[in-house]
Amino acid sequence: MKILSTFFLCLFLVSSANAQERFLTKKGMISFFSETPIENIEAQNNQVLSIVDATSGKMAIAILMKSFMFKKALMQEHFNENYVESDKYPKATFKGDIIDFESITTSETTTAIKGDLTIHGKTKEITINAVTKKTNEVIEMTGNFFINLTDFDVKIPSVVKNNISEKIKVSFRLYHKAYKK
Amino acid sequence: MKKIFLTLFLILASLQLSSQDLLDILELEAPVTENIVSATFKGTRIVNGHSIENRKNKELEFIISHRFGRINTGFEELFGLDQANIRFALEYGLTDDLTAGLGRSSFEKTYDGYLKYSLLKQKTGANAFPFAVSLFGSIAAKSQKAIAGNERTFAESLFYVGQVLIAKKVNSSLSIQVTPTYVHRNLATIAADPHDIFALGFGTRVKLSKRVSLNAEYYQQFQKLTSVNARNSLAFGVDIETGGHVFQIILSNAITMVEKSFITETTGNFFGGDIHLGFNLSRTF
Repeated sequence: MKILSTFFLCLFLVSSANAQERFLTKKGMISFFSETPIENIEAQNNQVLSIVDATSGKMAIAILMKSFMFKKALMQEHFNENYVESDKYPKATFKGDIIDFESITTSETTTAIKGDLTIHGKTKEITINAVTKKTNEVIEMTGNFFINLTDFDVKIPSVVKNNISEKIKVSFRLYHKAYKK
Repeated sequence: MKKIFLTLFLILASLQLSSQDLLDILELEAPVTENIVSATFKGTRIVNGHSIENRKNKELEFIISHRFGRINTGFEELFGLDQANIRFALEYGLTDDLTAGLGRSSFEKTYDGYLKYSLLKQKTGANAFPFAVSLFGSIAAKSQKAIAGNERTFAESLFYVGQVLIAKKVNSSLSIQVTPTYVHRNLATIAADPHDIFALGFGTRVKLSKRVSLNAEYYQQFQKLTSVNARNSLAFGVDIETGGHVFQIILSNAITMVEKSFITETTGNFFGGDIHLGFNLSRTF
């Protein structure tokens, strides 16, 4: 009887803890920007999935590459076909830890996030800064950082070398809400 | 003792549950999205004939196509390079699914206009559909002056073509297209020539690398012009893509680039060496 009650207690603890501890968004925004004297290229994705586990301070992000929208349809086609090879590598992911997660308050604080970013099948450890804010219902994160295309084996052919920057600025805005299963 | 172990086990098990991989949760939460298959072909042409690809909304493409003379004309004609048929064309995306084009070929001073509409798209994910269908219609007008005694009216200079383009991107490196075609010629030079010609086109693209592909195209006619002893057109091409350009190098037994002409008026025997070297060069604005 005691065992049974312990079991139910555990089950209850797990389920009740789950209700509060995770924060999720399915409409996160990630955009990137390439700046060269010849042309600027930008694309935005408003269907980013991101989750934060408030007990462990861990977070994960999943980005569908085909959901990046460009101004020029041909650029979008080339991005998917020739650069990130979306048929082969449909998703970019991030998995990491929010450093000092406990220090995040209801007012904006700058927090470091460290983890593995995977794009085009290549993984690199990065540390980025995010402006974060947390309430009982919401965890907000915004920020930007730079990535090098060479780190992710995305090759730029010589004819368009002057049109695409090696360094790409990535911006994000993730508005997580309390996640209930 | 036993109870303590069991309790510990249960607590561990519950911890295990809660530390379920966060990326796995995202996988479960990901909505099933509709995914339109893009870039079945690099260009709006497979080789001579149209592919299902359209120009996108408000995009203007300028195409210069060239076919030299026959390779087997020998050194005196520099293997055909002395002669050439050239076509200039402007093609514009009225919407993402509707393209209009106007062209002018030096061969018989032919003007052509066409509309191409993307009717069905190949899709994966939600609402999956296995292939794409486009409709194509064109009118060509021959403007070269007729020799004396052979004059024709304007109506007799007109040709109509209708095509249903059915294509499938099998995987990222292989695409295929089947193209039922109907050509109507207002003028039959001799009584034995048909006014209506049906043909079936077959086209394919094999990607050799991210930016280079090998293409092939064949049109089987079911009626033929006997006055010119017409043959079926066969063509091979290599597509090279560089940013906003697609460059196609072509070997074909047809010297012309408009449907009514290369499908029904081709006279060269490819395997007898009647091969025309050519290229299509397109620039998108």
